Amino acid sequence: MALSKRRRTQVLRVVQYVVLVAVVVALALLIDWQQVRRGFLDADAAARLFPGVILTGLKNTVIYAALGFAVGLALGLVLALMRMSSVGPYRWLATAYIEFFRGVPALLVFIAFGFGVPLAFQLRFDTYSTVALSLGLVGAAYMAETIRAGIQAVPKGQVEAARSLGMPAGMALFTIVIPQAFRIILPPLTNELILLTKDSSLVYLLGVARDEYELTKIGREALNVSPNLTPILVAGLCYLIITIPLSQLSRYLERRTGGKRISSPESAGLEVKA
Amino acid sequence: MSVLVEISDLRKSFGPLQVLRGIDLTVSRGEVVCVIGPSGSGKSTLLRCVNLLEEPTSGRVVVGGVELTDPDVDIDAARRRIGMVFQQFNLFSHLSVLDNLTIAQRKVLRRGRAEAERVARENLARVGLAEKVDAMPGQLSGGQQQRVAIARSLSMAPELMLFDEPTSALDPELVGDVLGVMRQLADDGMTMMVVTHEMQFAREVADRVLFMDGGVIVEQGPADQVIGAPRHERTRTFLARVLDPTHHGPGDPAS
Ligand SMILES: Nc1ncnc2c1ncn2[C@@H]1O[C@H](COP(=O)(O)OP(=O)(O)OP(=O)(O)O)[C@@H](O)[C@H]1O
Ligand SMILES: [Mg+2]
Repeated sequence: MALSKRRRTQVLRVVQYVVLVAVVVALALLIDWQQVRRGFLDADAAARLFPGVILTGLKNTVIYAALGFAVGLALGLVLALMRMSSVGPYRWLATAYIEFFRGVPALLVFIAFGFGVPLAFQLRFDTYSTVALSLGLVGAAYMAETIRAGIQAVPKGQVEAARSLGMPAGMALFTIVIPQAFRIILPPLTNELILLTKDSSLVYLLGVARDEYELTKIGREALNVSPNLTPILVAGLCYLIITIPLSQLSRYLERRTGGKRISSPESAGLEVKA
Repeated sequence: MSVLVEISDLRKSFGPLQVLRGIDLTVSRGEVVCVIGPSGSGKSTLLRCVNLLEEPTSGRVVVGGVELTDPDVDIDAARRRIGMVFQQFNLFSHLSVLDNLTIAQRKVLRRGRAEAERVARENLARVGLAEKVDAMPGQLSGGQQQRVAIARSLSMAPELMLFDEPTSALDPELVGDVLGVMRQLADDGMTMMVVTHEMQFAREVADRVLFMDGGVIVEQGPADQVIGAPRHERTRTFLARVLDPTHHGPGDPAS
């Protein structure tokens, strides 16, 4: 029997729902809820984490991510400009940097900065600088490529208009091109902030003072005295408190400025509402 | 009349492609010169060489006594005195209309905020858009955007205005407003070089019409002569196609 295309789509969708429900039910039956409650959902263990998990952990995670983002953004902008420079060595240097830091795990960068650099140079960074630098160096490599794409997505006519008004190249870049580029790349930059928020968990590798703990470290420490894994669950939920609003923000920005601008800059370029 | 623009033996190549093959041209102060010619003949390139958006391969370009082709020239200073209006308007899309008009005044000419805004409002009124000061470019029609772009250039008090097909990207019913503004500007004595396909405008406003083809000026003279009674075969062929669009051959001039 021949089904119409619409009918076939409907049938297929019903099948998908049935499979989904079946999987959920099967999991629910297979899971030992008794164990889960004992293992993860211990209200007393959760309560013992407060208020430290918020006042220290959540706070420091936000600070580390923000510092890393700030360093990464500044350095990423420099790298992006170097990448587009007409000076060969600048381009090569930036390319090498980007390839390197995109290629090595953030974990290794943390170890290098936490232990290697202090050893090699006989200088001791405080925790906040170490984290800002480690996260920033890694983040910069990714952000540089995003920023470069953003700058290249600004229609060439914008620079020409600026130059024809007598603006020097640098002024045209910083007052006309870069502000527009950042409007375009706000959504991907927000995603980068989410990644850095999660990568800040690598602080747990470093020996840090109690009031410098972030979420993961707090969770792990609590694990030592907790009879179960509840602290990890609480820490995980705290990450979501930060990251879900950020990803909502990113999506909102994407809708507002529209990915449209990058695809047809000439026609859509004039439509961005500030 | 004193000479404002002096171009001698201007040549421009893009790689192996010779786009301008020796242009000689002088434009007097207050003169309106319209440049016509088929697509790819080098009209935009000529205009862009006059404010050095395109670097000439050889030849001299002198504007207001300053040789722009001198390697040591302060090109930013020279460009302040030359306004340019583009086919695609190129308003700064992240700035309001007012800021579009004030940003270069303030940052390049170092005018104070109050003065820059006064000049901006004056020029917006001049193009008939006084009420749009706070609009964003995206909220304006194409015709309005182009008039704002003209006002933006005028705010720098240029001695010379370059127009590169200012109405080609506009819906037909919006063309008239922009041409009206340009006509007013010409009447006010502005020196203008206009690349256009608007033959009616060229006939009525231009002091001189240049017909370009293949990177050279084929023919020039008063509009009535070049458009009304062209001497060269190439000019006639071109005009026949532009003035009678139903007979578009291959390589038609609409870009
Ligand atoms: N930046 C560039 N690089 C390479 N070739 C170019 C560049 N700019 C222009 N050209 C070429 O130079 C020739 C002349 O271009 P130009 O834009 O000056 O023509 P035009 O007379 O303005 O044509 P149109 O009426 O289509 O605007 C064309 O063949 C074009 O492809
Ligand atoms: Mg052109």
